[in-house]
Amino acid sequence: MSVTTPDSTTAKKPKFRFTWDTSILLLLLVVWVAATLTTDNFLSTTNVSQIFSNTSEITIMAFGMIFLIIVGEIDLSIASILALGSAMLGWSYERGTPIWLSIIICIVVGTLCGFINGILVTKVGLGSLAVTIGTLALYRGIANGLLGTKTVNEFPDYWTSFGFDTIGKSWIPQSLPLIIILGIGFGLLLHNTPFGRRSLAIGQSPEAAKFAGVNVIRHKIIVFTFTGFMSGIAGVIYTFRFSTAQADNGVGLELLVISACLLGGVSIFGGIGTMWGVIAGVLLAGSVESWLTLREINAQWRTIVTGILLLTSVAAPVLINKAKARRKVTKSL
Amino acid sequence: MAQKGDLLLQMTGVQKRFGGAIALRGTDLSIRAGEIHALLGENGAGKSTMLKILAGVHENDGGTITLGNKPFQVGSPQASIEQGIAVIYQEPSLFLDLSLAENVFIGRQPIKGVGIDWKAAQDEAGKLFKELGVSLDPKRQARGLSIADQQVVEIAKALSMNAQIILMDEPTAALSASEVERLMTVMKNLKAANKAVIFVSHRLDEVFAISDYITVMRDGATVSQNPVANTNLQTVIKEMVGRELTELFPKTTHKIGDVVLEVKDLSNPAFFRNVSFNVRSGEIVALAGLVGSGRSEIARAIFGVDKYETGSVKVKGKELKKGSPVAAMEEKIALVPEDRRQQGLFMIAGVNRNISMESFPNLVNRIFINFKKERALTATWKEKLSIKFADASASVDHLSGGNQQKTVLAKWLATNPDLLIVDEPTRGIDVGTKAEVHRLIDAAAEEGKAILMISSELPEVLGMADRIIVMREGHQVTELTRAQATQENIIAAATTGKVA
Repeated sequence: MSVTTPDSTTAKKPKFRFTWDTSILLLLLVVWVAATLTTDNFLSTTNVSQIFSNTSEITIMAFGMIFLIIVGEIDLSIASILALGSAMLGWSYERGTPIWLSIIICIVVGTLCGFINGILVTKVGLGSLAVTIGTLALYRGIANGLLGTKTVNEFPDYWTSFGFDTIGKSWIPQSLPLIIILGIGFGLLLHNTPFGRRSLAIGQSPEAAKFAGVNVIRHKIIVFTFTGFMSGIAGVIYTFRFSTAQADNGVGLELLVISACLLGGVSIFGGIGTMWGVIAGVLLAGSVESWLTLREINAQWRTIVTGILLLTSVAAPVLINKAKARRKVTKSL
Repeated sequence: MAQKGDLLLQMTGVQKRFGGAIALRGTDLSIRAGEIHALLGENGAGKSTMLKILAGVHENDGGTITLGNKPFQVGSPQASIEQGIAVIYQEPSLFLDLSLAENVFIGRQPIKGVGIDWKAAQDEAGKLFKELGVSLDPKRQARGLSIADQQVVEIAKALSMNAQIILMDEPTAALSASEVERLMTVMKNLKAANKAVIFVSHRLDEVFAISDYITVMRDGATVSQNPVANTNLQTVIKEMVGRELTELFPKTTHKIGDVVLEVKDLSNPAFFRNVSFNVRSGEIVALAGLVGSGRSEIARAIFGVDKYETGSVKVKGKELKKGSPVAAMEEKIALVPEDRRQQGLFMIAGVNRNISMESFPNLVNRIFINFKKERALTATWKEKLSIKFADASASVDHLSGGNQQKTVLAKWLATNPDLLIVDEPTRGIDVGTKAEVHRLIDAAAEEGKAILMISSELPEVLGMADRIIVMREGHQVTELTRAQATQENIIAAATTGKVA
């Protein structure tokens, strides 16, 4: 069973540990080096700028998703929330609503969708996988009902440039500061506040969290709600980046978001995850995608590579733990 | 067919070790055909281990077991069944959507031609039920049967497999009085059919009503084996509790202050009914009783992890919100739960994060956790409770049980509670650490905290408590002062429900 560790009065300095998150950072560096060597303009400002703006929705949604996976839940409906928000934005703007109000509507709708997911999962007691597969279809369906096959693409230039223009003459996409601010904010929320600690605690042991005075149900509803909120923001950015509001916006993005989280070391079983790991995960996925595009490798292969990355990120931690456990057993014999 | 009085089972010097812990240290038992044999002992005396060896779940490390004149083949539950030993567990595991006949003959359905001969199965099951003296329709579904009737179906199944020895682990624990009556009839009919029945029970009144023989176990060994006529309730209780009270518990006397906790007519009918008591500042009140007597559930209801149906909980005169641990913590209640691994700790997190979990209000500057304060908090409690660990951020899974328990205690003491509830505070930890935990609880009372302690260890209860409330099957049997309480009168109240 357990072993008593010897008491040491000297505090140990945190050593560099070869963990999953640090390996992802290394892998990211390897990909960058390899991509730079094998393509002409991988590290060009245009391409780096592209990588950031291409991953902006994924990153923003991942900031919510990391909390959800950490508390032991999941939301497969985020891309549909993005689409419904986007459709609402287009639909209301087309009917003469001021653009700022349409943007708020998009975000409010996203938040509401997340809240509904949270209520269905916690109060009705259904599994989040089942609930969000349902709402994945439902929200997308409502978006279809609103816009049908129509697209709305007459948005004010000021806003559509936000999606892909850079700041002044620099390479920095206009959406990047927003992402950085959100990243710092959610990073602090996860790692430096009681809310973040409680999220990790719930994922590690819902039972012990209850005994520690954590209101598990309320906490999960909040996390679902702000994942919806982030999907709403992603909906705004997506709409303006492509200058298009339509019902099939962002199909399949949920898989990219979830794989970025898992790639970034968030445990699919909950309770473990770091914000910078997830950011590295998103950048890794985005960089690989960009590398393959520059190498003119076709879309099917790119999808296959994404699939392999996802499988690796789920399987590797499990395999590593098994290997560790085996070593421990041999040691104790 | 065995004749009445034939020796069916003989266990001599049976030993069983689990890692470092000795569960059986030389147990003897002889069972004859046509007798009902009660196996008694406190929690942890080794009764269940013994049953599990016979059931084929565990293998004994030493000693001999013979069945009739053949050695017992220890191996699998299947092997035990083939040797004529059947175990009826407290919670029967019937297939609820199948008929009773199907349940009795599951996996061994009589075959006629190419199909199952349902008629034969039903007739045979009906015959077995009749022999057992119960009227159950073999064609009905198992769903909706009472626990007692489900046990009868299990017994019928055992008989259909030619069981000679029927082991029953606390068969009456979940039964109502009239169901107990029926089960006793069934047991008598088994006896009349020259089967041997071994049963574990904590209800001593029943034991004396039905058994032919009584074997008492304590600390993994057989203390006595007597025909029921040669013993009595007082003797049996003395034999069960005969443990030595050591000087482990440095209980000191404290100034008893105002009432901190007042529980009135608290009921959650599934677990406990009409429980009323209070705990004062500086006082240690123990809830004694057997496992399953509703003690932990009372603690959970007070702390708000569970809800209760009727009654009230007041803290310092103020009604406490029902079902809210957050409200309980605001009123400065702390609960060190029964199961430290599942309920008390986040096993993959370090001591650091475990200790700070309930103390955020003191660690937060506006919105962010001050890591320096967090480390200081851990250092303080490491020092105060002499918790031994090398790295405060390494998973608590690697700590010894004693250090884990101290960590749970530390994180709740860090909230500076007015009422500290400790549920089995020393379960599974070594003797030295036990004494330390007792010292810490005593020191908390000294500081004026009110302590509610739940413990299944009588020496601990007697050593620590100012007052002892004895629970039995969800009811409050009696309340004893420190001066009145003895191992004997607590056990008598906990097992018979009568005040000695």
